Parts: sequence; C-alpha cells; structure tokens
Amino acid sequence: MNMSAAKIEIETATPAASAAPVVAMTPKRPPRTEAYARMARQTAARVIPPLVVIALLTLVWELVCRRAGSALPPPSKVFKDTKELILDPFFDHGGIDKGLFWHLSASLQRVAFGYSLSAIAGIALGVLVGQSVWAMRGLDPLFQVLRTIPPLAWLPLSLAAFRDGQPSAIFVIFITSIWPIIINTAVGIRNIPQDYRNVAAVVQLNPLEFFSKIMIPAAAPYIFTGLRIGIGLSWLAIVAAEMLIGGVGIGFFIWDAWNSSHISEIILALFYVGIVGFVLDRLIAGIGKFVTRGTAQN
Amino acid sequence: MTAYLKLDHIDKVFTRGAATTEVLKEINLTIEKGEYVSIIGHSGCGKSTLLNIIAGLTGATTGGVLLENREVNSPGPDRAVVFQNHSLLPWLTVYENVRLGVDKVFSRTKSRAERDAWVMHNLSLVQMAHARDKRPSEISGGMKQRVGIARALAMEPKVLLLDEPFGALDALTRAHLQDSVMALHQKLGNTILMITHDVDEAVLLSDRIVMMTNGPSARIGEVLEVPLTRPRKRLELATSATYLKCRQRVLEFLYERHRFIEAA
Repeated sequence: MNMSAAKIEIETATPAASAAPVVAMTPKRPPRTEAYARMARQTAARVIPPLVVIALLTLVWELVCRRAGSALPPPSKVFKDTKELILDPFFDHGGIDKGLFWHLSASLQRVAFGYSLSAIAGIALGVLVGQSVWAMRGLDPLFQVLRTIPPLAWLPLSLAAFRDGQPSAIFVIFITSIWPIIINTAVGIRNIPQDYRNVAAVVQLNPLEFFSKIMIPAAAPYIFTGLRIGIGLSWLAIVAAEMLIGGVGIGFFIWDAWNSSHISEIILALFYVGIVGFVLDRLIAGIGKFVTRGTAQN
Repeated sequence: MTAYLKLDHIDKVFTRGAATTEVLKEINLTIEKGEYVSIIGHSGCGKSTLLNIIAGLTGATTGGVLLENREVNSPGPDRAVVFQNHSLLPWLTVYENVRLGVDKVFSRTKSRAERDAWVMHNLSLVQMAHARDKRPSEISGGMKQRVGIARALAMEPKVLLLDEPFGALDALTRAHLQDSVMALHQKLGNTILMITHDVDEAVLLSDRIVMMTNGPSARIGEVLEVPLTRPRKRLELATSATYLKCRQRVLEFLYERHRFIEAA
C-alpha cells in the first residue's frame, strides 16, 4: 500500500538530498559597494544614538552647574582644569606626582596579578566543586557565606596578614573576583551533557584528557560568564582598596584629588575608570567569544 | 554455535530511595561474529538500558556481558556506540571528532601519519571526507550521524552498538543512511547490535530481530530470524513474501500480543 509508495519516493529523492547542502553553503554575495554602504548604515545606527544622548547629558550638566556657587564644576571647567592631565598622561615628577597613564597602569597591574590568581584558583575550585558531590556539600556553604563579604572588609585583615599595601590590594582583588568564577565554573561542569561523558567513557579518556578535551571546552561558556563578572568586580575593588592603601594608582589619585579639592580631576579620573572597566569587560567577553566559538551553538 | 557476544542472565533494577523498579528481567542472548541483530520494543521497555549495559555505561544488577568469553563491565572502544543524538563534540571539527577515538585506540600501534590516513579512510567510508574541517553545527543531521558512525567504526570495535541511530532523522535521510550501514556491514563484516523502534528498519537490516516485551520487568519475548539473502535491495524487498511475513510477525508481536498500554 503506501509502504511501497514511500520507498519509491526515497530512491528517487536521494540524489537531490545529497545535492541540497552544497547549494546552501554558497550564499550569493551582494556587490562590494552595496555591502560597504550597508555596513556604514549599520555603524551609524549604532553610534549615533549614544552620541546624541551623551551630548544632551553634557548640555544639561553644563546648564545646571554653570551658575555661580554650584558645588560641582560644569564640563567646560572640568576640561579647562584637566587639560594638562589629558594632554600629557605620561609625565613623572617622582613620588605619586605622575601622569594618569602611570596611575592607571599601576592599578591595572594589580588587577592583572590578582585576577590571574583568582582565575586559576577559581576555575580549579569550580572544577572540584562541580565534579565532586562531596566537595560541593563541604565547600558550597562556605562559599555562599564568604562571597557576601564586601571587598573592603577584607582589607584590614589582609593588611594585618601581609603588613604591606601591595599584596593586600592584590589579595582584595583575588578574594573579590574569585566567587563568581568558582560558582559559574561549577555550574558549567555540572551541566556537561551526559552524552559527552559517555563519549569520553567509550573512548576511554583518562582524567587529564577528560579535563582538557571535554570538561574545559564544554564548560567554557559558563567559565567565561564567571570570568567576566569577576573582572568587573576586581576593577570595582581595586579603586576602593587603593583609596585606603595609598601609593601610585587611580584609586589613590582620586582620593588625593579630593584631599586637595581638585574636583575636576576627580571627574576626569572617574571617566577613565569607567572607560577602562568597560574595555576590560569587553576584552574578557571578546576572548570568551573567540574561545567558545562552536561550543555555544550546537 | 559459538557465542561472540553473550548476554548472560541480565537483570536490571533501578533503586530510587525506597522505590525499586525492575527494568530488565532474565535477558539471555548470544550473538555470533558478523551478525546483525536488532532489538525492538515499545519505548520505555528498557532497550536503551540494555544497550548501555552492553556498552558498559550502566552496570547490570545481576548477570553479565561476555565478549569473546571475557566479562566486560566498563565502557571501552571494543564496543563503540553510535548514539541516537550523534553526540559529536561541537568544539571539534569532523576530523578531530573521529581522531579523538583513533588517537586513544591506536596510540601505540599506529604512527601519526597512519592514524591520519585511518581517520580519512573511515570518513570516506561514510562519504564525509569532504567535510573534514567543518564543525558539527555546520553540517546536517544525517551528516552528523554519518560522522558518528565513522567515529565508532574507526575504533575498530568488536561489536558496533547502534542506539536508535536513525531515530532523529527524516524519512529520506534515514533510508539513505540505512543503505549506507547495510553496505558497510556487507563490506566490513562487523558484528552489529542495533536498538530500534522501526519495524521496517529492523526487518531490512537484521539477521535476527529480538522483540522485547513491555516494561517493567521487560524480557525477550521472541527472537525472529530474517532469512533474506544479502545484499538486500529496498525496492525488491517491498514485494518479497519473506520480507512481508517477517514484518507481519514483528507487527503482530508489538501491536497484538504486547500492545503499548500507556500509549495515549
């Protein structure tokens, strides 16, 4: 009945089925100029709205703060006051009297150091907690309590332990950014599909190969979510920690500017802190996107 | 009859808290070398559990699996599995997916160049050599399953386990792949155990069809020999009396004597 009919259909349809994907894989390309014009339109659509908003906000700020006796300087005054700092970020007059580039780079170095440590330790602990039920039961309550402690609350303790500002600042970054990395890594490991574990079992991967060939790639999207939250937190923590420990660094620059009533310099520094934080976030997101290409969509 | 693969009094009981469910009861089966055996049954009858036990991914509660008279109770490449949902690793290319198993199985016996050639040989067996550098997300479902078959074949398994390998494919692709598997079986002479719920597929491909009763406590209800000569041609079989009779037998078993009660 319809059985034999279905079979005839399959036989004749076979060549078409194997030819179809080839067609799908070579999409037609529009001419070059058209492509460029479209790219320009898309860029404009993305860039113009934020520019308009920024211009409007600056205008409002200018209008509000221009009248005499206002507590905060208007943007025009900020620019006038900090022109030297903006134009020459590389000067170095010794001590803490340095250009903004040096302050930012000192802060970034601390972040790089503390964050690298927390990334390594966080992923390792996350794998442990994700893989072993006992490790999770034992450590998870501890993590849940410790992660709620505000970064700066760790500072006095670490100063007492290390007796020096530099390692204390690094420790604060470490302890602030490690929790989201641990927790997200653990979730990623726990969510590795059973299928992948079965494949590893049939192929007989040893634990080390399983870690590098299955676990890390499969959990990579989660791990990078944790890393991205972590980098944001560590940038938050460093500015606050530097205000207290002093020395070269953008945090202390802000504190120093406040002590000398250079409000314009504070505003400039905040601007830079924001930009750097944004770039760091994008950097980790970019690396994550590059590393997990192929993994995210299945 | 020499038993190549022997399932010896396998019982499987799942325990969850106080509740225990007996899934499989007294499964005895012997499979000869080069045989193509299908296991058919309604969904939930434990046929996938049985395959997992043979693969070593799940342990049997009592009884065991003997391969060439040796007990096997952990997974290994001698019982390579083609999974229903292909289970290719999405971050590896087609080539790397096959290479993963090859590197493990032949790490001592084959040189780098030989392993590379072996991967390509197996990819061309399933007509996927052209897609070696594609990622699983870039190829169709049927192609993924071909790569899954290549990955299993490349491990040179003693028994090839197919877990509803064509279940997730559309009818046309399925027929095409069934023909490919038949051709491979003809050419390489593998011992194949396939789980399926498709009566036509079972009759077309198998030397013997093992029919399972409904769970819980599923048993082997009946084993049917399919006395059709190979190579088999899909079109000719459609009118073959033997084919229709075998098909009839399986259908009667599944829909008259062991109706799927929960079906709604």
